Amino acid sequence: MADFSGSDLTCLRGERLVFGGLSFSAKSGDAVMLRGRNGAGKSSLLRLMAGLVAPRSGDLRWNGENIAEDRSAHHARTHYLGHQDAIKPVLTVRDNLRLWGQLRGVRDLDPAIDRALTALQIHHLARVTGRYLSSGQKRRTALARVLIGQSDLWLLDEPTVGLDRESCAELAQLITEFRGRGGIVVYSTHIDLDVENPTILDLDDFAIPMVEWLAEQDELEDMAPTKRAASSQEAAQ
Amino acid sequence: MNGFLAILQRDLRLALRQGADSVMVVAFFIVTTTLFPFGVGPEVNILARIASGVIWVSALLAAMLSLERVFQADYEDGTLELLTLSPVSLELLILGKVLAHWLTTGLPLIIAAPLMAVMLNMDQDGFVTLMIAMLLGTPALSLIGAIGAALILGARRGGVLVSLLVLPLYIPVLIFGAGAVEAALLGISATAQLQIMAAILLLTLAAAPFATAHAVRQAME
Repeated sequence: MADFSGSDLTCLRGERLVFGGLSFSAKSGDAVMLRGRNGAGKSSLLRLMAGLVAPRSGDLRWNGENIAEDRSAHHARTHYLGHQDAIKPVLTVRDNLRLWGQLRGVRDLDPAIDRALTALQIHHLARVTGRYLSSGQKRRTALARVLIGQSDLWLLDEPTVGLDRESCAELAQLITEFRGRGGIVVYSTHIDLDVENPTILDLDDFAIPMVEWLAEQDELEDMAPTKRAASSQEAAQ
Repeated sequence: MNGFLAILQRDLRLALRQGADSVMVVAFFIVTTTLFPFGVGPEVNILARIASGVIWVSALLAAMLSLERVFQADYEDGTLELLTLSPVSLELLILGKVLAHWLTTGLPLIIAAPLMAVMLNMDQDGFVTLMIAMLLGTPALSLIGAIGAALILGARRGGVLVSLLVLPLYIPVLIFGAGAVEAALLGISATAQLQIMAAILLLTLAAAPFATAHAVRQAME
C-alpha cells in the first residue's frame, strides 16, 4: 500500500507566488484531479510532484520518505506526461518509445511496446515517423510511453489535449486499470474525464494574494538587520 | 550503463537521419581554413608557419557552431525534461550525448585536418602530432561546450551567447594544441604539450558532466 502526500507546499515561479500552504494525500488506487483557473499552478504542482522542480517550502513524501532524498527511486516509480509529447520527427513511433523503455531498464522491450501501442490503438503506426503523426496521434504515442515499464504514480498534465472523445474514454479506462493495480494518478484536465470518484484538488483555494505574501517577506527582512546590528554591538563590547 | 548506450544510440541515429549537421560542421571547417590563404596571400612559407594555429582556430569555431544543437532540440520538444526525470543519472546521459556529439563533429574534423594541413603547406612531420593533439583536444571541446550549451537553454539569441561563454574556455586547448604541432615541426618532442592536453581532457571529463547536469536542472525550473 503506497502513500503519496505533500504538506504545506509553496511554489514560486520566477518572481510570482503560484500557490502556498497546499497539502494533499493519496493512497494506492486513488485518483487526484487538479482543478483551477489558468495559471493557478496545476502544471507547477505536477512538476513539483515529479521532482522536476523543488518546492519553495514544504515537502513531498512517498511512504513517509521525502522524495528529494532519493530522486532516482522517485523517478523510477513515476511516469510524467507534460504538455510536450517529446517525439522526434525523424524517428518512428517504435524508436521514439524504445529510448524511454531502455532508460527504465525494461526487459522484453519490444513486446512491452507492442502492448502499449495496442492499448492506445496506434499499433498500425509503429513504423511511421514522428513527423507524419497528427497531434492526437502524437499525444497517444506520449501516453503509450506511460504504459511502458513498471510505475506506481502517473502525473498527467492535460492528457486529453488533442484527443478525440473515443480516445478520452480509452484513457479513462487505462486510468481505471492502473488504479486497479494499485497505482496513484494525479491529473489535470479541462474536460470531463470519466474517472471514478476522484479526489478534487482545487488550486484556486491555495492562491495567495501577492500583497499579503510580500508583506510577510518584508517582515522577515526587517528582522534581519536588527539582529545583525545587535550582534555587531555585542562584538564591539 | 544501459541508459548511456541507449542515449548514445538514439543521438547517433538522429544525427544519421539528419546528417546535414555533421557535413555542415566539416564544410564550415574547410571553408574557414581556406579563407586564410586568401587573406594572408599565397606565400607558402607564411602559410606553413601559421598552419597549425589556423587549423586549431577553425576547429574551435566549427566545434562551437554545432554546440547549440546538443540540447536545444531536446529542450524544445520536452525530451530533456523527461531525461531529467529518468531513473538513470542525468550526468551519465549527458556523457552519452557529449560522446555522440564528439563522434559526429569532432571525429570528422580530425579526419579533415590533415587535408587542410596539406593545403596550408604544413610539413609532414607535424601531421601525426596534429591528429593526436586533436584526438585529445576535440573531446575536451565537446565537454566544455556542453556546459555552455546547457547554460544558454531558454535564453534568447543563445548562439551568440554560447560563443561568448565557451570560446574563452577553449583557449588552453588552443594554446597547447597549436604548441604541440609547433614543437613537432621544430623537431622537438611534443610529449609535454600532449600530456597537458590529456590532463585537460581528464579534468573536463570529470567535471563537465556534473556542471552540465546542474545547468540542465536549472533550466527546468
